[in-house]
Order: sequence, then structure tokens, then C-alpha cells
Amino acid sequence: MDSMAAHLPAVRRGEAAYQALRRQRRLTGLTGFAILAAAFLGAAWMSEFYPSSLAAGLPRIGEYFHRILPTLHWSTLFAGVEAEGSLAFWFYRLDSWLLLLQTAQMAALATLGGAAVALLLAFPAARNLAPSRWLHHLTRRGLEATRTVPEIVSALIFVWAFGVGPLAGILAIGLHTAGALGKLFSEVMENAPMQAWDGLRASGANWAQACRYAILPQVAPNLLSYALLRFEINLRSATVIGFVGAGGIGQELYQVIAFNYYEEISAIVVLVILAVMLIDLLSEKLRHRLTHAAGAR
Amino acid sequence: MSLSPAAVAAWRNREPRAFGATASRRALRWLGGAAFLAWLAWSFWLFDITPARLWNGAAGLLTILRLMIPPNPGELWADILKGMAESVAMAFLGSLIASLLAVPLGFLGARNIVTATLLRFSLRRLFDGMRGVDQLVWALAYVRAVGLGPLAGVLAIVSSDIAVLSKLYAEAIENAETRPGEGVAAAGGSRLQAIRFGILPQVLPVMLAQALYFFESNTRSAAILGVVGAGGIGLQIAERIKVRHWDEVAFIIILMVVTVGAIDLLSGAIRRRLIGRRETAPL
Repeated sequence: MDSMAAHLPAVRRGEAAYQALRRQRRLTGLTGFAILAAAFLGAAWMSEFYPSSLAAGLPRIGEYFHRILPTLHWSTLFAGVEAEGSLAFWFYRLDSWLLLLQTAQMAALATLGGAAVALLLAFPAARNLAPSRWLHHLTRRGLEATRTVPEIVSALIFVWAFGVGPLAGILAIGLHTAGALGKLFSEVMENAPMQAWDGLRASGANWAQACRYAILPQVAPNLLSYALLRFEINLRSATVIGFVGAGGIGQELYQVIAFNYYEEISAIVVLVILAVMLIDLLSEKLRHRLTHAAGAR
Repeated sequence: MSLSPAAVAAWRNREPRAFGATASRRALRWLGGAAFLAWLAWSFWLFDITPARLWNGAAGLLTILRLMIPPNPGELWADILKGMAESVAMAFLGSLIASLLAVPLGFLGARNIVTATLLRFSLRRLFDGMRGVDQLVWALAYVRAVGLGPLAGVLAIVSSDIAVLSKLYAEAIENAETRPGEGVAAAGGSRLQAIRFGILPQVLPVMLAQALYFFESNTRSAAILGVVGAGGIGLQIAERIKVRHWDEVAFIIILMVVTVGAIDLLSGAIRRRLIGRRETAPL
């Protein structure tokens, strides 16, 4: 039966077409793999990712992360600061790490300032609300420019202009926030129904009044939710912006890493992770409530 | 129809909230506003933010901006280009290694593959913890562990991406249809074969798309890893800011923006070619 079917011309044609397709797919697969392999080798050569340096580095990495881990003993886990192996010994400089609160405040200020600027610029940047075409393009390009420069780079520059300290960090994070939130805000506004706007304009409201009373009430919950999300991101940024001298816990973290205070590194990192998780949790709850309130209306 | 003042007063008593905010609500609002202003004033005081400082800083910034024009590659332009290439190479290598390592980890973290809850749970918590550490922290730690240079940057990208990618991959695997795998098992295939022919073909496009998205975002972050000494263009920009060659700084920033844009276009083209115009949720 099989041998008979194999001689039918239709079966043969089908088989040939299948084989041709298979060959072609295999060829494209091989070409893709060759390109990927070439790119891999090129990138490895470019970034000095040699097997020898990796082999030399891996044991050192293992040793480093092993040293960072705290030595805790069950017997003395909850003993005082003096006892080696206790939690208190691990976190013995907790008071100076209250810098974390300052970091959170930096993030809050940056989010607040950035969101305020973004709110003002989002109205002209929204296509359906812009009073004129050139103003629309000007604000759009301006927002783009502020968000394409990485925060660390603007922090480096601001440290020169405003001096070492949290102010430079707040401004750098705020600038980036204004760009990122301005885009999101204007997109939300572009999706808002325009009936209220038309009604207000028809009854003689000026542009600012129409923005305030027709658009803002519709989009406010969404904007707030985006701003909260941005606060989470900014808290992460604020923990590292201190690496370049722009304030917050990053400065402390940079020092303990630079001076190899091994166990303090893990202590600070654990604190940062806990703070980030806590803020994420709180902000998620708030955002859920906001979106539910908006949905119920 | 008009109401007498007495009737209005009666209604106001019955439904106070229909006549605008009540006195207690208004007091609460004022109190909230005052507390907010107090917090703002306190943090301005804490961070020593004064109009004079802002004004002087803005003047300094204006001077810097004026010195940035026109952007100039400077005499060491070859170093700048090499640094940019190094950043892209770091991002590519980091994304490739992370996305390859994340495949087995993603399978281990998926509920429908690994039924040992304890293993899966601890793996996921470990990933959650790793995700909380910023890439720059990883980079700084690796610089201390393996020395200055791009190797530290690649390792930092791998470490910070692997946690997020594994989580995304695990979610994709959990969302995959179970029926193809059941079919393979019913036809006599082993468990491994069921995963290879039943699940992998479904999740591969999602994984590829995510890996490409990570390549894009890693190009952005690899550009700044050099600030802490982990190789790439970041080192060049930090050095030039230190010696205040602002025209060269402006050139590097423009180069960074153009490169990131080019990588975005390239990766978008590859993504469309490989998986069609299927919608995959970007992060």
C-alpha cells in the first residue's frame, strides 16, 4: 500500500514540495544561527569577554558574594549588638542608614516636581488639545529630549551646576520623570472623550478653563496612578543616584562597596530591597483603589 | 417652582452633603493641605533647597549648556566610538546570555512543569530579591570582584536581567496551551519530548520578543554602566564631565541617543520578521 501510494504523482509532488520547504527552512535557520554566532563572537571580542578572563573571574565572584553574605548563628540571632552572628551585629549601623528615609523623600519630591511639570506640559502636548501645531511639536520634542538623557548622566552634570548633594539628584530624577510622565499624561488626554471639552468651549470657556474643567476631572485618576507607578521607579533610581554624589543611600552604598565592608553591603542591599518592596506593595494597593474608583464612576 | 428659605434650610439639614462639602470635610481638606505644605517646607529645609541655590545652579547650568554648543567629538573621537561599540556589545552579550540561562530557569519556575512547590517558591522569591537590586549596584559589586572593564558590565546585565526574564518566561510557560503536550504524551512521547514539542513551540516567539525588548533596554543601561567603571561609553562621558569638556559631553549624549534609536529600529525589524505582527506586551 505504501509503495503504491509513493508512485502517485500527487504524492510525489507533495513530498518534493515538503522537502524543498524543509531545506529552505533549514537554510534560513542555519543563516540566522551563523549571524547570531558571528555577532556573539564579535561582541565577546569587543567587550573582552574571553573564556580565560571568565574562568579567572568566576571563582573570585563566588568568593566575593560568599563574603558579602552575613555570618549569622542561630544561637545568638536575637542577641545584642555585641554578639557576633546576631541580626543586631549585622545591622549595627542602622541609625546611619536612616538615609533610606531621605532617599524615599528625594524620590517623592522628584516625582512631585516632575509630575507637576509633566501635567502643565501634557495639555499642549496632547494632539487634540494643543492650541497650535508648533506649540504641540515644541512640547513633544522638549519632553522627548528630557527623557532620552539617562538620569545618571544628568545627575553628573547637575552635580557640577548645583553642587554635591541631594538637590542634584532630585533635579536629575525630576527631569527624567517630567519627560516620561509628560508623554504618558498626554496620551491619556488624547484618549479622553471630547464632548465635555466641546460643550465648555461652546459656552465661552477659554483654553485653560476648558483644560481644567473638561479634561482634568476625566483623566485625574489615571494620571495619579501613573505618577504612583513612577514613584516606585524613582525610588529605585534614587537608591543609586548617590553613586555620582547626588545624595541618598547610594553614597553610603558606594562607600561600603568601594572599601569592601562586606557584610554592610548585604545589610544595605537588604534594607533597600525591603523598602522597595514595601513601597511597591503600598502603591499597588493605592493604584487598585484609584482604578476601581474610576471604574465605578 | 421655588422653595421658601425655610424649606431650603430644612433640606440643608436633611441632606447636608448635597449642598457641597460640609464644615468637617472642609476642615479636613485644609488640614491635609497644611500637612502637605509643612512636609514640603520641611523637605526643602532638609535638602537645603533655597531660591539662591536654585538660581546659582540654573546660571551654572546655562553656562554648561552654552559650552555644549557646538558638540565636538574632540581629539579622542576613536575612544568614544570604541566605547559606544563596547556598550552595544555588552548589551548584546548580556541579553543573549541572560535569555539563554533564563529558559531552563523559567521552566523550573513554571507551575505546570515543576510541581515541587518548595523549590518553585524559593526560586521565585530569590528572583524577587534579585530584581530589587539595581543594575548599577550589580555593576559596582562586579567591578570589585573581577576588576574594571566590560566583563563586569556584562555580568551585571546578566544578573539583573536573569531574574526578570525567568519570571516572564515562567509566566509564558504557565499560560501555554496544555493540549499539544498532552497529545505528545498520549502518542507515547516522554515528558521531555512533551515539553520540547508541545510547549516550546508555543512559548518560543514570546521568549524571543522579550529577549529583543531586553536588548533594547540594555543598550540604554549599558551606556551608563561605565560611570561606575564597568566599561562602555559611560566611562568616556564620566571622564569628560570630570575635566569639563562639555562640547565632547554633548557629542557623546547625541551619539548615545542616536545609537539607542538605531538599536530600537533594528530590534523592532527583527522582531516583526521573526514573529510577525503579533502583539506582545512590552514591559
